[in-house]
Amino acid sequence: MSTTAELRQPHEVSGGDTDQGHLEELRHDPIGLMRRVSEECGEVGSFRLAGCSVVLLTGAEVNETFFRASKDELNQAEAYPFMTPIFGKGVVFDAPPERRAEMLHNQSLKDRYMRGHAQKIAAEVDGMIARWADAGEIDLLDFFAELTIYTSSACLIGKKFRNELDRRFADLYHDLERGTDALAYVDPYAPIESFRRRDAARAGLVELVEKIMARRTAGPPATDEDRDLLDVLMSVPAEGGDPRFTADEVTGIFISMMFAGHHTTSGTAAWTLIELLRHPDVMRDVVAELDALYAEDPEVSYQALREMPLLESAIKEALRLHPPLILLMRVAKQPIDAGGYRIEPGTMVATSPAVSNRLATDFADPDAFVPSRYLEPRRDDLENPWTWIPFGAGKHRCVGAAFATMQLKAIFSVLLRGWTFDLAQPPDTYRNDHSKMVVQLQQPCAARYRVRER
Amino acid sequence: MRIAVDYDLCQGHGVCESEAPAVFTVPKTGQVTLRHETPPDDERERVETAVKYCPTHALTIVED
Repeated sequence: MSTTAELRQPHEVSGGDTDQGHLEELRHDPIGLMRRVSEECGEVGSFRLAGCSVVLLTGAEVNETFFRASKDELNQAEAYPFMTPIFGKGVVFDAPPERRAEMLHNQSLKDRYMRGHAQKIAAEVDGMIARWADAGEIDLLDFFAELTIYTSSACLIGKKFRNELDRRFADLYHDLERGTDALAYVDPYAPIESFRRRDAARAGLVELVEKIMARRTAGPPATDEDRDLLDVLMSVPAEGGDPRFTADEVTGIFISMMFAGHHTTSGTAAWTLIELLRHPDVMRDVVAELDALYAEDPEVSYQALREMPLLESAIKEALRLHPPLILLMRVAKQPIDAGGYRIEPGTMVATSPAVSNRLATDFADPDAFVPSRYLEPRRDDLENPWTWIPFGAGKHRCVGAAFATMQLKAIFSVLLRGWTFDLAQPPDTYRNDHSKMVVQLQQPCAARYRVRER
Repeated sequence: MRIAVDYDLCQGHGVCESEAPAVFTVPKTGQVTLRHETPPDDERERVETAVKYCPTHALTIVED
């Protein structure tokens, strides 16, 4: 990369006139802030979080620079200080992202394991809807957040561990996710309510895991088949022969394994359902696709899940309009040239899926829900690999993307074949809560269900 | 038929190995290696499926 002196300095966006710069705006209207950066400054602009400048990149060319950069140029590990109190010190960000991706891969995201995950996910949906009457109402955030705690723990850690969890684990996990206020960029331990609840929730999760570990010690697995990841971690010895991992560390490992796939999948499931209910013509076609596909063999198999282009397009379009991560961050470790601008070492560098995914230059009718944009011959996602970025792109592309897509298809295979849904609120009242770095659906977000007559 | 791999994209998911084990191998940690860069024609259908379902779109078939 060029380091010539002629490169321009990025402009800072308007506003941010206090000591804290644009922090308050980021805490309340992050998408509005990032859109304004792009409108006022173009492809490269900046905003300020207290003493720290964040350079925001927008558009195919500079996004490609961002996503192709090596970890020696743009480092991911230092860019998310709000995660450290959640995972626990030293649990995850000691390892570089490549190593973390490898570790996750080994456990469960490989294709050969994926084939077994489809049935596990369908079984978890069946378990949740077993509580339903013939008709009723659910809160979409509560429902999908609980469901995805069960699916991710069953697939990533093991069915045995999953069976020891209930609603309490999901509620504590939710408090962790709510503890991601952007104030963490100034002080991750600032005395605010959401951080206090975050720390209490983590302690609560450690307590639950401790109890599960005590039961495992009292009744160790009889056979190898009976061992899950928890048994494996508990059997790793330290040098003196004592167990290598404490309950606190095991909890941190599990929290971090589940984190990337939890609120993301939960939110996307909710938004896919909301958008389908806002667009009954698309819903009708998706249900017809599922009915036809499962007409001969009702089993939710890996192969069946590959063959649903209409549902897959609807999921992609929900992801484009409502990306679960709205700000992807790195820290520059070297001088970087992005689109003719110089970014100094130590600066934070970011790109925004929420802004890029709706660029009018790349996506016709960018604010409209149009799943057909992914069907042949348009393929808007493949045509725009650096701006269609709900999963990021390039080297750092989400390693769980295939798992997430498969999971969402499995969830809707069960829900839409057995039930009909409708919105319990005016359609335009569903929105995301952007007051935390982890975006979640804002409550109330109710939907009604009714058993389907076939 | 020749296979090209974009190693900036491959994350070693192993879908290609599941589809066409005679052509692709993916180690426990790391990226794909090709057993045949120019596989025989009777592998074509399996290779096309592997390319289609590669989760990171890292594979392409090049017709020389």
